[in-house]
Amino acid sequence: MSVTTETRALRTQEAAKRPARDGGIRESAISRTIAMAVMIVATLYFLTPLWWLVVASSKTREDFTTTNPLWFADFALFDNIAALVQYRDGVFLQWLANSALYAGVGAALATLIAAMAGYAIAKYAFRGRETLFNIILGGVLVPATALALPLFLLFSQAGATNTIWAVLLPSLVSPFGVYLSRIYAAASVPDEIIEAARIDGAGEVRTFFTVATRLMAPALVTIFLFQFVAIWNNFFLPLIMLRDEGLFPVTLGLYVWNTQVSQIPDIRALVVIGSLLSIIPLIVTFLALQRFWQSGLANGGLK
Amino acid sequence: MATDTAVKASRAVRHRGALAIFLLPFGVLFTLFYLVPILYAVYQSLLTVEREGTFGPAVQVFGGLTQYIQVFQNEPFWSSIGRVLLFGVVQVPIMLGLALILALLLDSPLVRGSKFFRLAFFAPYAVPSVIAAIMWGFLYSPNLSPFTAVTSQFDFLSAEAVLWSIANVVTWVYVGYNMLIIYSALLSIPQEIYEAARLDGAGQFRIAWAIKIPLVVPALVLTGIFSIIGTLQLLAEPQVFQSFSAAVTSVFTPNLTIYSTASVPNISLAAAMSVVLALATFVLSFTVLKLTQRRAAL
Repeated sequence: MSVTTETRALRTQEAAKRPARDGGIRESAISRTIAMAVMIVATLYFLTPLWWLVVASSKTREDFTTTNPLWFADFALFDNIAALVQYRDGVFLQWLANSALYAGVGAALATLIAAMAGYAIAKYAFRGRETLFNIILGGVLVPATALALPLFLLFSQAGATNTIWAVLLPSLVSPFGVYLSRIYAAASVPDEIIEAARIDGAGEVRTFFTVATRLMAPALVTIFLFQFVAIWNNFFLPLIMLRDEGLFPVTLGLYVWNTQVSQIPDIRALVVIGSLLSIIPLIVTFLALQRFWQSGLANGGLK
Repeated sequence: MATDTAVKASRAVRHRGALAIFLLPFGVLFTLFYLVPILYAVYQSLLTVEREGTFGPAVQVFGGLTQYIQVFQNEPFWSSIGRVLLFGVVQVPIMLGLALILALLLDSPLVRGSKFFRLAFFAPYAVPSVIAAIMWGFLYSPNLSPFTAVTSQFDFLSAEAVLWSIANVVTWVYVGYNMLIIYSALLSIPQEIYEAARLDGAGQFRIAWAIKIPLVVPALVLTGIFSIIGTLQLLAEPQVFQSFSAAVTSVFTPNLTIYSTASVPNISLAAAMSVVLALATFVLSFTVLKLTQRRAAL
C-alpha cells in the first residue's frame, strides 16, 4: 500500500527534517501536534469500549462491579469461558456455529452468484443489459430490514419460517456484489484474455472460473467480507423468522439473554463474555484479509 | 455502430447458454427474495380484515387504500418518523464530518502510524449493532460504567438523552467504515494534482479544503445516502436499549412500530407502513442525490 510505504519513508527521514516532497514547505510543529492529538483522542474513543469488554470478560462476578472497570483484577477469563460454554448444554456454541454457517456459507455463495452476474453484465452484450443492471442497482438501495417483514409473510405461507433456510436463502442475494463485480470485471478482466481462452478452446463458464475469478480476486474478497459482516450482524430477519433457540445466530441469542438480565442477574456475566467471543471471529477475518479488501474498496466500486 | 451492435448481439447469442448459467442464479434469487417480497408487501397492504357479523370468522378482503388512511392517521408511526429524522439531521453530519476529518488526517503527511490508526478506527465496524448496543448499554448504566464520574452526574438513559446515547452507538460503529470509503477516494487522487498546489505554496489545510474535499464529494454523497437509509431503518440498537431504558418504547423508531404492529398481529397495516417507510427512504435518498449533484455541478 502506497500510504504505508510513504509513512515508513517519513519515519526514516525524520532525522533529516522534512522530506523534499513537500516542495520546501514545512508543516508547522503545531499542526502536527494537533493532528496527532486528534488521532489519539479518536483512538481512545474507538478502542476504550473494546478494551472495557476485554477487561470485563476477564473478571470474576464479584470483581465485575467492585474493581476498576478499565483494569484487570483476578484473571478469570477462562473460568468465564468455561461457564459460558457449559450454560444450558452449550447453547452458546450452537449459536456461534449457526452464525458461522449462515455467514460463511451465505457469503461464499452470495459472492459466487453475484460475481457471475456482474461478470456477465460486464463482459457480454445482451438486450436489456442496462435495464437489468439498473434494477439490481435499485436493489442496493433497498434496506434488508424493509424486506424482513414481507419475507416472513412469504416464508410463513410456504411453512418455512423457523428453519435454517428462512435465514440462509435471503442472504444469498447481494446486489452490491453484482455492482462491484461488474465495475471490477470491466476494469480488470481484459477482453483479449477472454478471447485467448476461447481460441484455446476453453468454454465460457470455465474461462470465468479459471481466469476471471483470479483477476477479480480483490473484489471477490471485498464482497465476501461485507456480505459476511452483513449476515453476521443481521438481526431483524432472524428475530422475526426464528423461534427455536437452537437455530439462533449469536447476535439474536445474546439479545435474548440481555433481555433476561433483570430476571436472571447471573446471566449478565455471560452476556459480557459472549459479546467478546462473538466479535473475535469478525476482527480476525478482517485483519487476516485486510490486504485484499482495502485494495478492493480502493480500486473497485468507489471511484 | 449498427454493425458493432450486430456483432455484439451475435456474440451474445452464441454464448446464450453461458449467459444463462451466469445470470440465472442471481436472477432467480433476486426475484424470489427482493422483487416478490416488495410486490407482496404492496399486495398485503391493500387488504383489510372483515368479519361476518360480530363473531364471524375473519376474512381478508381487498380494501383499497384503507390501510394507508390508517397509516396517515397513525400518530405513533409519524412521531417515530419524526424522531429518526431528528436523529439523522444531527447524527449523520457529525458522523460524516468526523469520518472526513479522520480520512483527511490519515491522508496527510501530518500523521505518523496511519496504518495503526486506520485499523483502530475501523475495528468497531466488526462489532454487530446488537453487541455494540449491549456494550454501550453497560457503559451507560450508572452502576456498571467505568465512567461513574460522568454517569452519576448525567443519565444517559433518560427520556431526553437516550436518543442521543443511541446516536453515539451508531456513530461509534460507523465512523470508521465511512472514513475508509472517503479515504479510498482520497487515495485514488493522483499525486501530481498536489504538486502544483505545493509549488504555489499551499499548506496542508489549503490543499485539503481546496483540492481534496471537492474531489471526494461523490464518496461523501454515497456515504450520506447509505447513512440516511440506515437512520430511517434504525432497529437493532433501540430494540436492545429497551432492556436498559424504559424511555425506549415499542414505537420508538418506524421499524419498531412496524414490528410491534405486525406482532399484534395487524399484518396489513404493518405492510402499509413498510411501503410508506420504503417510499420515504427512497424519496429522501433520491432528493439528497439530486441536490448534491446540482451543488457539485455548480
